[in-house]
Amino acid sequence: MQILVNGNATDIAETLTAQDLIQRLELGGKRIALEVNGEIVPRSTHGGYYFKSGDKIEVVHAIGGG
Amino acid sequence: MQMNTQPKPSTPSTDVFTVAGKVYRSRLLIGTGKYKDLNETRRAVEASGAEIVTVAIRRTNIGQRKDEPNLLEVLPPGQYTILPNTAGCYNADEAVRTCRLARELLDDHRLVKLEVLGDERTLYPNVTETLKATEILIKEDFQVMVYTSDDPLIAKRLEELGCVAVMPLGAPIGSGLGIRNPYNILSIVENAGVPILVDAGVGTASDAAIAMELGCDGVLMNTAVAHAKNPVLMAAAMKKAVQAGREAYLAGRIPRKRFASASSPLEGLFF
Repeated sequence: MQILVNGNATDIAETLTAQDLIQRLELGGKRIALEVNGEIVPRSTHGGYYFKSGDKIEVVHAIGGG
Repeated sequence: MQMNTQPKPSTPSTDVFTVAGKVYRSRLLIGTGKYKDLNETRRAVEASGAEIVTVAIRRTNIGQRKDEPNLLEVLPPGQYTILPNTAGCYNADEAVRTCRLARELLDDHRLVKLEVLGDERTLYPNVTETLKATEILIKEDFQVMVYTSDDPLIAKRLEELGCVAVMPLGAPIGSGLGIRNPYNILSIVENAGVPILVDAGVGTASDAAIAMELGCDGVLMNTAVAHAKNPVLMAAAMKKAVQAGREAYLAGRIPRKRFASASSPLEGLFF
């Protein structure tokens, strides 16, 4: 199925968890936050979180800003 | 009324800045955008003496090379108070979403810098959306330091809504035009029950000193340091300017007079 990750269409297996996705993005252990369809998915639940087709996922981090 | 309820006037040695219940010695807050690299960011922040640093929240595929350390590794949250901003947000919903993401990102961190912009050319704050976002964020238990226009009535309204600090602009973001309306900043300071910080507009050290001489509790700046020819040296200058301005405010300046007042005694002249 297809989901949108930071605006990019991405094919994933239905068995892929949020934690798996973060690993796949090489962001494992990094300080990031995850939002699905405008709602926060808390870090503690990533291991058991599964996506639905068409989900809009945002993965964010902190960068320089004023 | 008891006389001892009146606070003692601060002296530089006891003078601290408190926001959201946390005590700081530095009154200079510094942004981390627009530096050449993370090493320059770190060196400028260190030279500034800032204890509170702002960051932006962006998609992970933006603003980061895979081989570079993360900003928060260079400025660890254990060492600095990280102040996530909502820069780039043009309505209340975007700003609230950004704050929620920041809270998750920083382990239930509740202190945020709310800024809702209205116009790309001026980056002037959209005050109606700012008020809307403030109400939502306060309900969700955020501690809101709010960027706003230099309108004294709006500043007071934001305080009444529960903001922990109100941060009027001195001039447009990144403009370096200085404190364009000192009388409004003064009115805001005089009416305030929460810390007032000038956020945006500072161009050089004297601008920061002027903000502090007006009685502001602090100054937040980014471009004036990051885009100076020598950002680390400018950061050091800003640290001194904020301290000098604060001490001048505490010392109490002389009133302005139109004519001279001799500094040497007029008695004892021998001619």
